[in-house]
Amino acid sequence: MQTKRTIFGNKGLPYLLLAPQLIITGIFFLWPAAQAVRQSFLREDAFGLNFTFVGLRNYERLLDSPEYLNAIKVTVIFSISTVILALGVSLVLALAVDRMIRSGRAYTTLLVWPYAVAPAVAGILWWFIFNPTIGIMPYVLEHVFGYDWNHLLTPSDAMILVVVAAAWKQISYNFLFFVAGLQSIPTSLREAAAIDGAGPFKRFWTITLPLLSPTTFFLLVVNIVYTLFETFAVIDATTEGGPAQATNILVYKVFRDGFVGLNFGSSAAQSVILMGLVIVLTVIQFRFVERRVTY
Amino acid sequence: MVENQRWLDYLAHAVLILGVAVVAFPVYVAVIASTHEPTAFTSGTIPLLPGDNTVETYTGVFAGGVASQMSVPIGVMLTNSMIMALAIAFGKIVISILSAFAIVYFRFPFRVLAFWMIFITLMLPVEVRIVPTFEVISNLNMLNSYTGLTVPLMASATATFLFRQVFLTMPDELMEAARIDGAGPMKFFRDILLPMSQTNIAALFVILFIYGWNQYLWPILVTTDDSYQTIVAGIKRMADVVDSEPLWNSIMSVTVLAMLPPVAVVIFMQRLFVKGLVDSEK
Repeated sequence: MQTKRTIFGNKGLPYLLLAPQLIITGIFFLWPAAQAVRQSFLREDAFGLNFTFVGLRNYERLLDSPEYLNAIKVTVIFSISTVILALGVSLVLALAVDRMIRSGRAYTTLLVWPYAVAPAVAGILWWFIFNPTIGIMPYVLEHVFGYDWNHLLTPSDAMILVVVAAAWKQISYNFLFFVAGLQSIPTSLREAAAIDGAGPFKRFWTITLPLLSPTTFFLLVVNIVYTLFETFAVIDATTEGGPAQATNILVYKVFRDGFVGLNFGSSAAQSVILMGLVIVLTVIQFRFVERRVTY
Repeated sequence: MVENQRWLDYLAHAVLILGVAVVAFPVYVAVIASTHEPTAFTSGTIPLLPGDNTVETYTGVFAGGVASQMSVPIGVMLTNSMIMALAIAFGKIVISILSAFAIVYFRFPFRVLAFWMIFITLMLPVEVRIVPTFEVISNLNMLNSYTGLTVPLMASATATFLFRQVFLTMPDELMEAARIDGAGPMKFFRDILLPMSQTNIAALFVILFIYGWNQYLWPILVTTDDSYQTIVAGIKRMADVVDSEPLWNSIMSVTVLAMLPPVAVVIFMQRLFVKGLVDSEK
């Protein structure tokens, strides 16, 4: 690992400098994570007094339970839809801004601020707009398409609601990175293609999109992590996993099973599975970042 | 622009105007809703033009009490959010910059181990270890306290990596010169490193302020006492009234107030914000 050519010789000082970070990491990150792993192998009795070692039973029961399999399915649908919507919309907007010469900055300002809106607040805003009795969207849907919207009863409506709220909040972030990615593509390449007679759409597919792929891949990983974990607040502020578990994504289920259901063994096993997932995603992200530096 | 195609320009403008409209629409609706009387939401659809109840709604929300269905006065929630956001941003920066200084400018046993310990925090977001983390906080008697709200969130791998990167790009000659002139490590840190990382600190501060302000799960876990409630975590409890119609004008005015500080930060410090965002993802 890199250091400086010359270094300071103090023996105790570096430990002192690192102490606050390492103490917080140890107490609030590593210890609870270890506890989660330990509890995932234990079973608590009804009074919470005795723990028995049950091996992998918590995991087996989890993978056998229809609710957990449903949560996996819901998470996959939610994650893929949100990522596609958030990436697609922001790419189109970034391409449009990239054409602008003078007005680009103004548009950018108008598009980036939702980054600052909390996911929970984004959820509440869309919850209000889609309110089945007074909301503006159900009114439009009913009078234009004859569709009776009710996310309190219809599972697919609830899913659409959380996807829209989660994607809306993420657009500004993706947009900024796409704009940066587009600006780093040399204009000479596109000019050469234009001289050779390639139209704007052909140039997009054969030049812009391939050269943008590092940015797209990076954003893909970041967005997957976002939909898997940070969207907890969107779900909790709106559907609370309902109706009929239709939006009960994995992170939300860990919370409900642990705090409402008080099923610690199962909740811990779910935590461990999710940790595995984050570790895989982080490794992918960092391998990629290394590549991007030398790109 | 490669060639001059008017229709593409018009298309791009149309797409962007539509995009801005879609992005702004939910917030517009919220702002409009907060200018109406509660009765505007009992039938029909949400109003889309401003009403004349703005002053009453906002004074009602600030006064608190039963009339606006506010169990916690909004002043208290805003103060708590501000304390939380500032403490987390400040704490994370101090802790990370010290760690990065230790890792870059010293060589000591277990240096690589310390680096990996910090790296691992990236892989353990609160969401995946909710119950055991709650147990730790409760055993340490940190529930319902500002310490519990802020300190556990102060460890940061991203910020540490950012400062490590900044320090690694600083010329070695700076430190050699400082050592020749007899400066110790802390003097070098204070008089040279800190001033030279000013922009990075400011950019990171903007991002971390937004991060702290928007925390949701953590305040819900750590606080049960109303006097520690933050505004982002509090809105949901307002919308959850069981026995009566929610007062949408009050709820939306609280939503607007909850968005205002971080959105203002992004708009007025856009350069720093973009820099912070891009830097912290490297």
